[in-house]
Amino acid sequence: MDDILKFKNVSLIYQTSVGETEALKNLSFTVKKSEFISIIGPSGCGKTTVLSLIAGLIKQSSGEIIYKGKNLSETDKNIGYMLQRDELFPWRNIERNVTLPLEIKKIKDKSARERAISLVEKYGLGEFLKHRPSSLSGGMRQRASLIRTLSFNPDLLLLDEPFSALDSQTRLKVSDDVFKIIRSENKTAILVTHDISEAISMSDRIIVLTKRPAQVFKEHTLLFDASLTPISRRERPEFSKLFDVIWKELCNA
Amino acid sequence: MPNPLSKERKSYLKKQKYNKIFITVAQFLILTILIGLWELFARLNIIDSFLMSSPSQISKTIISLFKSGELGKHIFTTLYETLLGFFIATALGTIIALMLWWSDFLRKVLEPYIVVLNSLPKIALGPIIIVWFGAGTKSIVFMAVLITIIVTIITMLNGFLSTDSGKILLMRSLGASKVQILLKLVLPSSLETFISSLKINVGMAWIGSIMGEYLVSKQGIGYLIVYGGQVFRLDLVMASTVILCALASLMYLGVSLLEKLLIKK
Repeated sequence: MDDILKFKNVSLIYQTSVGETEALKNLSFTVKKSEFISIIGPSGCGKTTVLSLIAGLIKQSSGEIIYKGKNLSETDKNIGYMLQRDELFPWRNIERNVTLPLEIKKIKDKSARERAISLVEKYGLGEFLKHRPSSLSGGMRQRASLIRTLSFNPDLLLLDEPFSALDSQTRLKVSDDVFKIIRSENKTAILVTHDISEAISMSDRIIVLTKRPAQVFKEHTLLFDASLTPISRRERPEFSKLFDVIWKELCNA
Repeated sequence: MPNPLSKERKSYLKKQKYNKIFITVAQFLILTILIGLWELFARLNIIDSFLMSSPSQISKTIISLFKSGELGKHIFTTLYETLLGFFIATALGTIIALMLWWSDFLRKVLEPYIVVLNSLPKIALGPIIIVWFGAGTKSIVFMAVLITIIVTIITMLNGFLSTDSGKILLMRSLGASKVQILLKLVLPSSLETFISSLKINVGMAWIGSIMGEYLVSKQGIGYLIVYGGQVFRLDLVMASTVILCALASLMYLGVSLLEKLLIKK
């Protein structure tokens, strides 16, 4: 499998009026195509910073980020970013919300539009196309948010704790949905979370970061059967073993 | 699945309806009682109708103003000044607020000036305005604009700046330009702020135009009030105030209608 993203000794130092903060220090890791990886670490360790770098919202102080074999800043960054809250625009209906990225990116292609709308139908929101987000439940809204992220067919998905704003019941259901959608669309995804069980239930690989300045502390390759959904993974004996291991690592990281 | 309403539901709805009717009736009752008592006390000479006027005198004055054709002229003058001030201040204020939203530098530089202008009682600038713009409509409109525009800038800027940061992040992650963020996110999400700013501006523009007419004018509702005061015709003062109330309410109603039109649920 080829690498889609590569961090090579990436460091980042934030400058503020109070002083400087070293957020990342010599961070190196690779993400393979169609892989689902989770980045987990102690709170405030700079997990979201990693995603902001990949999304091109900020620039590293030193080191290289290679995306599809080229320097990240030189590529067209076909990357989708899913945030903690759904951030659906309340004045737009679901159809106009999920096609927002096409508008922003000036993709006028009719087939791109049809594709986005077919995703809405495929993932069970078809009857809500003309509804405002306020008439959807939290879980449905987060699904709409994922479809919006997928609408422009990105090669890489960044998920920044996308379930943290949901209640625990909905959370399990939505993470199951999101996992299935990402798998069936065969996307590469990077999930940032502080929830160990969420990371174990969804990913192929887990990267544990140290506390600030963040470095890679440990990597775990998960060997669950591919047919298992996140919820069914939670019932496996390996699940709790791995949970213990990562929990202890996070305490020492 | 239209379920038949339960008994509790029916009685609840009924109660709600009666409550609403009750409030409206009470509102009218207060007005009627006040006007009635006023008229009664004036006729019984308990209050001095020369100083306090009376509802019947006020309505007579309004009718005679109307018959002489004066009323239309005065209403038109003041309405023209107020509406012109209202539209200029709202448009200009919103544009300035947009510029301040666009440029952090400009905003930080101009902040103290806006604060000072906001706290300054604009009426103090009256003499300067008259010297600059002459004793006429221009000065009055300028006064209305001056009083309205600062509040517009502050309200709209706060609205623009309070745009959800998560949504801005989403737009930026999609590679949106600043113009796109403005057009597709900041402006639509500030619609409610804009409406409430319009509501404030209705009041502000009236203050401005009446205050302007107090300073310089040959006609208008504000002129009638000042003139009436000077010649001790309190019925004229009161009649003008009643007309003013009606005009301001009508304009507010107009904004409310616009709100219903723009914000569909």
